[in-house]
Amino acid sequence: MYDIKGYYDAETVSEATALLADNPNMKLIAGGTDVLIKMHGGQLEDAELLSLRKIKSLESISVAEDGTIVIGAMATFSMIFHNPMLKDLIPILTEAAISMGGPQIRNIATIGGNVCNGATSADSASSLFALNAHLKLQDKNGERVVPIREFYLGPGKVALNPGEILTEILIAPEDYKGFGGQYIKFAMREAMDIATLGVAVVCKVQSGNFDEVRIGLGVAGPTPLRCLEAEEYAKGKKITSETLAEIGKLAVKSAKARTSWRASKEYREHLVEELTQRALKIAVVNAGGAEVV
Amino acid sequence: MFKRIAFTVNGKAYNFEVDVRESLLDVLRSHLGFTGAKQGCGVGECGACSVLIDGVPYDTCIYLAVWADGKDIKTIEGVAEKNGELSDVQKAFVEEGAVQCGFCTPGLVLTTTALKESGKDYTREELKRELSGHLCRCTGYQSILKAAEKSLEGHVCTCVDSPHYKGK
Repeated sequence: MYDIKGYYDAETVSEATALLADNPNMKLIAGGTDVLIKMHGGQLEDAELLSLRKIKSLESISVAEDGTIVIGAMATFSMIFHNPMLKDLIPILTEAAISMGGPQIRNIATIGGNVCNGATSADSASSLFALNAHLKLQDKNGERVVPIREFYLGPGKVALNPGEILTEILIAPEDYKGFGGQYIKFAMREAMDIATLGVAVVCKVQSGNFDEVRIGLGVAGPTPLRCLEAEEYAKGKKITSETLAEIGKLAVKSAKARTSWRASKEYREHLVEELTQRALKIAVVNAGGAEVV
Repeated sequence: MFKRIAFTVNGKAYNFEVDVRESLLDVLRSHLGFTGAKQGCGVGECGACSVLIDGVPYDTCIYLAVWADGKDIKTIEGVAEKNGELSDVQKAFVEEGAVQCGFCTPGLVLTTTALKESGKDYTREELKRELSGHLCRCTGYQSILKAAEKSLEGHVCTCVDSPHYKGK
């Protein structure tokens, strides 16, 4: 049996924020694939759970009139992978979704839970970083929107204030329209594995030059991160294998890889340099550019 | 803390109070006697505890019992016909010798049943992916994959340039 002291179901977001405001010690639970595992391992005791599972409005996936993609925090990885619109507009997120866990886990694990769990290995994170996603956080008194880069504070630490709930993940049209992308999860197995490295890139191409590049990495540091130096370098550069090689080298400079039992620091840095280039090669083609030979 | 929930298992309705600390697996095995769902890893990795909830496979070891309120659950005990005849999926597993120790079998049969009932077409690669949440330590998976393909006869797409491969 799980070490659960109390369990409450909220039916609406406002009910959830009101309950959370009155009981700041409550632990939010979505799909439970992280929270219940922590309880099983004894890392979370005497939990008072506030479940968001009955709030169906948080499962919706849509595109707003201005082109902003709005993904409800309670959308599961299966919902994301099987959503034809997301597959069409931001395939680097649907590919990340299908790479996570196995089918039974994807059927229940949510993207909001994945983000709020604060793991650098979150399979959605590198894609959400590359897509410059913004997060809508709501509490009893209102809501605020924060860029995902400011949300991850450290391993398992995110910028949710007491009383706040992540409700939506937003991707603005200027961040995905006209971009081509690619996601690579590097792991030892094809399923049920935690990434050794996650790489997501998007780029915009104009007459053989990079117009804009964004690179998101997971497990390359204590939090997911962007490779800003490499991105800045790429701007306006001719798309050649030399440019890609330099981008790969600069990407390593942004990484803060460490040695873990999964891989050594040096191996991870090698992966960053190599996989960033491989992902970009495909992203260039997806963005309508010519293949780099 | 207890909560009253109502749900059906293999077509039979239940309505009773569950301890909020219990997993659906605890309730199925210990209270209702559906021991076909196995406790394996206990952390959602091995798939031995999988059942179908509203037709979709879930790991019940990490599914709180209270979440089953209003759901329609199918366990391995509810797969065969009422007269005891095995389902097509079960027959395929028997014919292909896809069972050794049997611990993973209930979950695999249920997931394969869900795939069959979806009516969709799958490539071999997609089938592997759909079965990847079940660990088998005996068979090496080949006979299981053959059994799944046999179960889905007419719905397995073998062409190399299938649109499935591109995820479309």
